[in-house]
Amino acid sequence: MNHVIIGAGPAGVVAAETLRKLVPEANVTLVGDEQEPPYSRMALPYYLVQQIAESGTYLRKSSDHFSRLNIDVRQDKVASINRKQQQVMLSSGGAVPYDKLLIATGSRPVSPRIPGMDLPGIYACWTLEDARNIAARSKPGAKVLLMGAGFIGCIILEALAKSGADLTVVEMEDRMVPRMMNDTAGGLIKAWCEEQGVHVHTSTKVTAIEKNGGSFSVTLNTGSTITADLIVSATGVHPNVDLLAGTGVETDDGILVNRNMQTNDPNIFAAGDVAQGRDFSTGEYSVQAIQPTAAEHAQLAARNMAGIVGAVHRGSVNMNVLDTLGLISSSFGLWMGAKDGQTSELLNRDRYRYLNLQFADDVLVGATSLGLTQHVGVLRGLIQSKTRLGVWKERLLEDPTRIMEAYLGSTQALGFNARIL
Amino acid sequence: MLKALQLEPEKCTGCLQCEMACSYENEGIFNPSKSRIKVFTFHEEGRFAPYTCTQCAEAWCLHACPVEAIVINPVTGSKDVLEDVCVGCKVCTIACPFGTVNYNADTGKVIKCDLCGGEPACASACPTQAITYVDADHTGLDRMRAHAAQTIPRN
Repeated sequence: MNHVIIGAGPAGVVAAETLRKLVPEANVTLVGDEQEPPYSRMALPYYLVQQIAESGTYLRKSSDHFSRLNIDVRQDKVASINRKQQQVMLSSGGAVPYDKLLIATGSRPVSPRIPGMDLPGIYACWTLEDARNIAARSKPGAKVLLMGAGFIGCIILEALAKSGADLTVVEMEDRMVPRMMNDTAGGLIKAWCEEQGVHVHTSTKVTAIEKNGGSFSVTLNTGSTITADLIVSATGVHPNVDLLAGTGVETDDGILVNRNMQTNDPNIFAAGDVAQGRDFSTGEYSVQAIQPTAAEHAQLAARNMAGIVGAVHRGSVNMNVLDTLGLISSSFGLWMGAKDGQTSELLNRDRYRYLNLQFADDVLVGATSLGLTQHVGVLRGLIQSKTRLGVWKERLLEDPTRIMEAYLGSTQALGFNARIL
Repeated sequence: MLKALQLEPEKCTGCLQCEMACSYENEGIFNPSKSRIKVFTFHEEGRFAPYTCTQCAEAWCLHACPVEAIVINPVTGSKDVLEDVCVGCKVCTIACPFGTVNYNADTGKVIKCDLCGGEPACASACPTQAITYVDADHTGLDRMRAHAAQTIPRN
């Protein structure tokens, strides 16, 4: 049996390891087109601030990890997929036959169509190579412009600000992290950044970029112009589906998969950022592009590729955690609220503390937090377990900080009950 | 045989000595906010409940870690954070559905219960045996795991 995986990010690597465990005899081939050993993009910001060495970004730390597991890692680019002959054609010329194929090609940054966007010296922070370039240019006092204050933008923001650069952020939406934070939380993050000396322009677009000697001259839709020595673009990502063009494998935003992570070709599966998988909260299929979902997809895909019956995706809870210059925020599930749902909210603007819980009936369906670092995962637990909160819902409406008590009180044997359970 | 922490809320008086012991053992200071075990207060029921990582088989934290900084301790079976590998991305803190992996802003790393390598200080400190470290088969661990399995469906 030949299992072939395209893409050596977290989804590809987890799938390869899971397959190795489930089907010890099978051939497992992992094809990745970057020159480094499989690494984590999530760790790049920490590399950027020199908190870790390049090797600290590697997904697996021992150098013989993949050979020890007998996983054949190929550094090559896949040129095309031949579904009829069940072969993956490599750019270097060879072909790899497959019985089951997993597409885990991830996503890539997209650039807005702006005059000057293709000038040299404008970087996305996406690959280790990008990070090296940014690290070399983001120096104390350097004027740095960050385009985009979404999740990825905010993660890089931290690294750029820590480098001592004079940082300006431009976001076209009306708040920071618009796809993860509501108005209140997004507004607080903006205020926090400004308090730390970062210039933040929301509801603002870059309309043109020109090179002016050694630096850039950037025109905004507000009419003003700013100067920058370095421009970092974080204006969104898009699934890498190009490889499937003309193959007949169905795509929408990402690759369409069923609850077994299987595409319309029963021998081809997809996982991670490239897969349009089931969302736990909505039941709809969407691209989540987050690490825990990539790992979940990968494990499920591998189990299905190995022929395990009943490995069905219940849906992944969309969730994120973000550290913006020390202000920690997270959001889960239907953080924007459910239809006919109820909200419990606690805000301390001066201390940048915020907690917002969303209920449907007496079940937690979403949450947003700011400044919360303790027990935050229980929000995911309550959402994913669909725990009926009963009396605890009223208590959480009064005091949303009692999430751990609500979880323990609703699910664990406490006090007298413990004796009879 | 693997051992596990047995937590019995009905025996807990809320004295918080477990939190002090945990903090001192792991951080060298008496600071309950740095404790890996927490005692939760239930005023309405007049109860206290100590709670920490159950070292669950699913190991959500371990699978969510992007840099292999959480590993299984071969001796105790606990899921341990390798502090020198952890980059502080906090994904495990949102992935753990029990809320028992926490971020420590002072170190920029996450912390969780590692059973103190096999001699949990919380159990030693507990004066009422609400926290004991016993053979896994004999504990309420099965009860806790049953709850975990019931509340968090596996994919």
